[in-house]
Amino acid sequence: MAEFRNSSGGRIDRARPLTFRFNGKRYQGFSGDTLASALLANGVHLVGRSFKYHRPRGIVTAGAEEPNALVQLETGGYFEPNLRATQVELYDGLTASSQNAWPSVDFDIGAINGFFSKLFVAGFYYKTFMHPRSFWMRVYEPIIRRAAAGARAPSEADPDTYDKMHAHCDVLVAGAGPAGLMAALEAAKAGARVIVADEQAEFGGSLLGETSGIDGIPAAQWVEKMRADLAAFPEVRLLPRTTVTGYYDHNYLIMAERKTDHLGRGMGGVRQRLWKVRAKRVVLATGAHERPLVFADNDRPGIMLAGAARAYVNRYGVKPGNTGVVFTNNDSAYEAAIDLAKTGCRIEAIIDVRPQATGAMAQKARAAGLRIICGAAIAGVEGAKRVKAVEIAPLSSDGETVGGPVKRIECDFVAVSGGWTPAVHLLSQSGGKLRFDEAKACFVPNVSVQAETSAGACNGTLFLEGALEEGAKAGRAAVEAVGLMPAQESALPKVETVEAAPIHALWIVPGKKPVGHGKAKHFVDAQNDVTAADIMLASREGYRSVEHLKRYTTTGMGTDQGKTSNVNALAILSRTLSSPIPSVGTTTFRPPYTPVTYGTLAGRDVGELSDVARVTPMHGWHVARGAVFEDVGQWKRPWYYPKDGESLREAVNRECLAVRNGVGILDASTLGKIDIQGPDAAEFLNRVYTNAWSKLGIGRCRYGIMCKEDGMVFDDGVTTRLGENHFLMTTTTGNAAAVLDRLEDYLQTEWPDLKVYLTSVTEHWATASIAGPKARELVGELAPDLDLSNDAFPFMSMKEATVAGLAARIYRISFTGELSYEINVPAYQGMALWEAIFAAGETHGLTPYGTETMHVLRAEKGFIIVGQETDGTVTPFDLGMDWIVSTKKPDFVGKRSFSRPDTARTDRKQLVGLLTEDPEEVLPEGAQITADADGTPPMPMLGHVTSSYWSATLGRSIAMALIADGGNRQDTTVHAPLGVKTLACKVVKPVFFDSEGARLNG
Amino acid sequence: MGSYSVFALVKNAFSHHAGWERAWRDAAPKAEYDVVIIGAGGHGLATAYYLAKEHGITNVAVIEKGWLGGGNTGRNTTIIRSNYLWDESAALYEKSLQLYEGLSQDLNYNIMFSQRGVLNLAHNLSDVREAQRRTNALRLNGIDSEWLDAEGVREFCPILDISRTARYPVLGGTLQRRGGTARHDAVAWGLARAASARGVDIIQNCEVTGIRRAGGKVVGVETAKGFIGAKKVGIVTAGHSSVLAQMAGFRLPIESHPLQALVSEPVKPVIDCVVMSNAVHVYVSQSDKGELVIGAGIDTFTGYGQRGSFHMIEHQMGALLELFPVFSRLRMLRQWGGIVDVCPDASPIISKTPVDNLFINCGWGTGGFKATPGSGFVFAHTIATGEPHPLNAPFALDRFTTGHLIDEHGAAAVAH
Ligand SMILES: Cc1cc2nc3c(=O)[nH]c(=O)nc-3n(C[C@H](O)[C@H](O)[C@H](O)COP(=O)(O)OP(=O)(O)OC[C@H]3O[C@@H](n4cnc5c(N)ncnc54)[C@H](O)[C@@H]3O)c2cc1C
Repeated sequence: MAEFRNSSGGRIDRARPLTFRFNGKRYQGFSGDTLASALLANGVHLVGRSFKYHRPRGIVTAGAEEPNALVQLETGGYFEPNLRATQVELYDGLTASSQNAWPSVDFDIGAINGFFSKLFVAGFYYKTFMHPRSFWMRVYEPIIRRAAAGARAPSEADPDTYDKMHAHCDVLVAGAGPAGLMAALEAAKAGARVIVADEQAEFGGSLLGETSGIDGIPAAQWVEKMRADLAAFPEVRLLPRTTVTGYYDHNYLIMAERKTDHLGRGMGGVRQRLWKVRAKRVVLATGAHERPLVFADNDRPGIMLAGAARAYVNRYGVKPGNTGVVFTNNDSAYEAAIDLAKTGCRIEAIIDVRPQATGAMAQKARAAGLRIICGAAIAGVEGAKRVKAVEIAPLSSDGETVGGPVKRIECDFVAVSGGWTPAVHLLSQSGGKLRFDEAKACFVPNVSVQAETSAGACNGTLFLEGALEEGAKAGRAAVEAVGLMPAQESALPKVETVEAAPIHALWIVPGKKPVGHGKAKHFVDAQNDVTAADIMLASREGYRSVEHLKRYTTTGMGTDQGKTSNVNALAILSRTLSSPIPSVGTTTFRPPYTPVTYGTLAGRDVGELSDVARVTPMHGWHVARGAVFEDVGQWKRPWYYPKDGESLREAVNRECLAVRNGVGILDASTLGKIDIQGPDAAEFLNRVYTNAWSKLGIGRCRYGIMCKEDGMVFDDGVTTRLGENHFLMTTTTGNAAAVLDRLEDYLQTEWPDLKVYLTSVTEHWATASIAGPKARELVGELAPDLDLSNDAFPFMSMKEATVAGLAARIYRISFTGELSYEINVPAYQGMALWEAIFAAGETHGLTPYGTETMHVLRAEKGFIIVGQETDGTVTPFDLGMDWIVSTKKPDFVGKRSFSRPDTARTDRKQLVGLLTEDPEEVLPEGAQITADADGTPPMPMLGHVTSSYWSATLGRSIAMALIADGGNRQDTTVHAPLGVKTLACKVVKPVFFDSEGARLNG
Repeated sequence: MGSYSVFALVKNAFSHHAGWERAWRDAAPKAEYDVVIIGAGGHGLATAYYLAKEHGITNVAVIEKGWLGGGNTGRNTTIIRSNYLWDESAALYEKSLQLYEGLSQDLNYNIMFSQRGVLNLAHNLSDVREAQRRTNALRLNGIDSEWLDAEGVREFCPILDISRTARYPVLGGTLQRRGGTARHDAVAWGLARAASARGVDIIQNCEVTGIRRAGGKVVGVETAKGFIGAKKVGIVTAGHSSVLAQMAGFRLPIESHPLQALVSEPVKPVIDCVVMSNAVHVYVSQSDKGELVIGAGIDTFTGYGQRGSFHMIEHQMGALLELFPVFSRLRMLRQWGGIVDVCPDASPIISKTPVDNLFINCGWGTGGFKATPGSGFVFAHTIATGEPHPLNAPFALDRFTTGHLIDEHGAAAVAH
């Protein structure tokens, strides 16, 4: 058995030994250990080096508040930095190492920083590293960056899975110590839906390290009985290893559950889970954290909090050392002294800063044979990697100095208590307010703003009897508040209570020299190496708001968020400023209470699930045909279909010519489709589109442009009248959701009087768009009963017909400039339709084409693409589409803005066509256009190229651009300076092919 | 005021650092000032500093309701860049970037401006088009900007996942090498110290509750510490601009939204530049302390609560892990929110107001930290001369009536 492990006692299972490695050495612990308790059992106190000075550091606490004992765990994909050894449950084969030490924690080169510690005071980096200027980036900062942070970063992807759960409950109890358990049981007995969450592996909180009894049985047994009672209620959910990390508005709380970490790595299943809880009431029973005393060299390994020392010996059967000294300003450390002495540690003395020790606890300690030295303090510590001895000196009556004979006591550990800080984090996150309780020397909850109650130690009630009572009361009040009847009141569990003598706040323990002089350091925030002298310096320099203090000194900004240090820091600030603690105030408590892995926060939304990939019913066919896809919004769209090693350009040339000369087919299913119904549907369209809709005949289609209030183009598409009060609107693929949002917004907030109902039907329909001079022939074969003549089925109309045996809607509309039919069938029939079309199309040389070809064909015709020819700053007039803006309608969205002076300017950027002087040169899209061929930056720009392609049909390049006063620049030459060369181009009308529209009407 | 240098540090070490002076005076308000600036964020402090430095106006007070730098200045993710699309914006932000380049030396306060490069990723063809358009515009505006293809992106930031199998593969990105980050608090503190040294009064914990006018002209401000007279007043209160405008009897086209950010626990250097992605909606950099600093877009609701919704955090974590799968086992250490003042065109307002001698500087929304010195510089000019500097003339309040908007939504969709 390891040297410091007692042969009995504690909650570990001595029958289940576990082997682990720390810094390359093999050790043994037991099931039930944390990494910290197992290390201490093996006599390992030195576990890390500090952030700035690389001072040797040991384990200080036994829980979430640990500032020092940070380790990195495992390797490869399972590597994880910055874990608190005090919270890592031991498993067989665990591998951990120290952080911030090189080459080893025992011999750390970085400790050289200690020699410069007089320079490395708070904020020193703001005062130097400024000259020469270029050195900041090249020399100083790289050194600082490399020196900062203890942990390595992971370098491999995480093999684990995470997930999320939503839950509702009547009462959420955060913390399963005595107060939480009582509250939960009262709530459960009333029939409430209860969730109890506790960050530890076992319920019980402080009782897990308690030796006294409750109701005549040992505390641990009482906890087990409570747990079993709770588990028997069907509406109670018990969640150990679950930290309530955040408290948000409307009683929405976030919890992080660690499901498999305690078993080892690579366990499969879900590793950690994020709980999102909406609770009607919350009982906060999150306990309290002990504070250290701020004395000279209080950071030496072997110096730990008294409560932690007590927990190690009682809960884990581990002695923190052989010979100890207890140093305190309150009674709680006496219990630690008594328990430590009882379990085989030699306690040399209890050093109490209070002038006398006459209370009941002191009597108990004396009765146990312990020596108490009152009115004294630890004035110095010997030992660097492990405490060797402490120097005890009498305190002056004002507590400002030590003097008189110094007594040296050899010891290998010191148990310290500076009082307790209620864990008010969640309360504060909820918006609740605190008040400073002078008598208890701590901040306690004062005002609640959400449906929550604090009970027990987190409410400043630091004795067991009070915690049990408050917990029961909080549970009963919670169920009453949710409208349930509390169960019959039962007697509270009986416990022995020892009257506590008052605490004596001593925020800085004087050393042999004034604070900040000499070699000794009074640490406040051990993780960030912030000393009392730093806090005094900051306040001297005017960083007097606690937020300034925190940021200037970095106190409380470590991974522990200052759980053990914040109150000491602000008390020292208040002392330095001679203003009372309440007027100094606290910093804001930021979520999360303890850090949460990004994996947990992302849950399942990673990899291919990071965003849904939407595909059309014909997707499989495109894949089989070797299509290359393009992401458009969430959709996967075929971009082009390369044949035997064709390049993008070769494939697109072939596809374009096929459409222009024969027949092609495009999967147009991704276009947004909104079904619009209601007696006011036509009026609604009149308001949201710039053109008029009332007179559109049933079965007729019309193209529309939608503007924002500022008159800028927002979306476009064809809308068809299916019935008197029934329209089908199409939107661009990427904008479908945004358009629906906007339309709903108008209907719900601006025009609630309109009777119009919108339904997204984008995914209900599959659309095959057949285009080209041979389109009529092909569609005729597929729909033999349909009269396709121009008279019977003109351009911009819709027919319902049977196509390849399927009931379909056929729209005669065109985005390519060719004769074109868009055949729509219910989505589930999409593939059948597509295959039928291809079966028939074979003989016509039917060619599938993708979005790139579609873009080229429409550009040849000068059709715009919203988001390409427009960017939120372009009006319909700028696009040369004056014809689509009604001058007769009384109003529509954007109308008013057209008369604003800037919007009405005639020299705005306008859409033009561009033809490069050299027809072989294709302008890059996004090229800027200038009036002059040469010049040096900054050069005035006229605008930019919005679309540019090689046109196989025309045998040359074509482009569209938005340029200032474009309308008046027709036939002039402008330039595109590309850096490497400048291309001259002629400004033309943005229609390059079939400007009369003979083909699409044909 | 004692100068800051390594020599001063060494000298003070011998006297146990007892000799350092206060960085700025905590002033009691005088009865009247030539200029009162409302809001001691970076922009307000920079305005006061440049009023004193460039215009010799030192009878100035900066009045702050809380602690200086406690608004968005102390809450932002500190990204600095000038790669804006439109000429007007590019010129303004570039002026600011240039001032940043010499700010540590100018203020004698190390603001840790680190030009580690800002990379904006392109994930689809439309992103690529936009990125190239911007790169070309910037080049012709004389501002550094480069287009990197996917391989170039990987070389510049090796831990980025550029695999083609990603849900939204990285197709390339634009890089502004002169962009980077600075220490936000240091910017506020350095400006406060330098302004104070030039005679500016900084009055903290003093909320402005009213703006007193007489005959269409501003005459002073009502505050928690009583009335303070002023010949001219500048409002620089970011998320609370509309509240102050209302006190002065006019309205602003501004919505105030929460914007959240978060940091990880610190780790050794792993990412040496700023990476931003509009398409997957997240951005990240690593502070000198080793924390990953992460943010995304605004919460869609409006309010003054400085509290956002948790789902925003969840969503940006999914996006982050999509780009950086290796970050999955890192942990979120702290999260917080600020209230940002968003204009309809995502550009600021630096302008005269309907009230004579009352000026306003607001609307920086999600991206004003990078503009801090430039904004102060032009606003000081505007207040001192009564007329806008050429750089801020396009950013007047009247653009919302003329329609001459400077629509940077493209630039600001995830704008920082
Ligand atoms: C989470 C987040 C991330 C961001 N990231 C970036 C980024 O990466 N890059 C970037 O460039 N920008 C970023 N920004 C935006 C940037 O922070 C702001 O645009 C900028 O800091 C605004 O500075 P300011 O001085 O105008 O405002 P603030 O710093 O907010 O200062 C305004 C001050 O006015 C005070 N005030 C308000 N009302 C009153 C009153 N009645 N009386 C007196 N005082 C008053 C406030 O207390 C406050 O101190 C981010 C913002 C947030 C919230």
